[in-house]
Amino acid sequence: MLFKRLDFIDFNAILSARIYSCQFHQKYRWAGGLLMTKAELVEKVANQIDLTKKQTEVVVNTVFQSITESLSEGKKVELRGFGSFRIRERNARVGRNPKSGDKVDVPAKKVPFFKAGKELRELVDGE
Amino acid sequence: MTKQDIINQVSSRASLSRTKAEEAVETVIELIKESLGHGEPVILRRFGTFQVRAKTKRIGRNPKTGEEAEISARKVVRFKSGKHFKQAVNEDE
Repeated sequence: MLFKRLDFIDFNAILSARIYSCQFHQKYRWAGGLLMTKAELVEKVANQIDLTKKQTEVVVNTVFQSITESLSEGKKVELRGFGSFRIRERNARVGRNPKSGDKVDVPAKKVPFFKAGKELRELVDGE
Repeated sequence: MTKQDIINQVSSRASLSRTKAEEAVETVIELIKESLGHGEPVILRRFGTFQVRAKTKRIGRNPKTGEEAEISARKVVRFKSGKHFKQAVNEDE
């Protein structure tokens, strides 16, 4: 009986409406240059230190590539004043498909983890 | 790996002098910090997103003594790794 009643509620519609509003919220907040992309970062760096855009692009890509490479070799990265990147292990678990409710085995995996350094923490929190 | 290692990599891959490479790497980091300091997220395709999040105040507990203490509202940096970064980290086996 209860089952029949619940049929009137379209859970999928509620779910997708919520996801949609989240996306809208993010786009709205990040519109109008209130964020920095890689392209912007490259442009700013190039202006500040007198390098060509091409060279700066190589620099920026190399910085993030070497962090990625180091972590994938299992070595942590420490950047004084900014923070550190290291790997966190996640155990295998039984997850659920949120739509259908089916059980899914999620295997153990590694995830990159960033911890902000003291200087960055204080900079962001200060006001 | 430290900043020096990254500077070395940058210097060889972008064929820059060590001094110039150091200046470049410092500037990259400074600009990311500056953007986060303004509360603006930094979105780097493939690598990930740095974002500032506001935390409300909450009651925490000193894990050693068990005493309760209020943790004030604060802003923290959160990093969400990109797809490529996640995959690279899981590739080794």
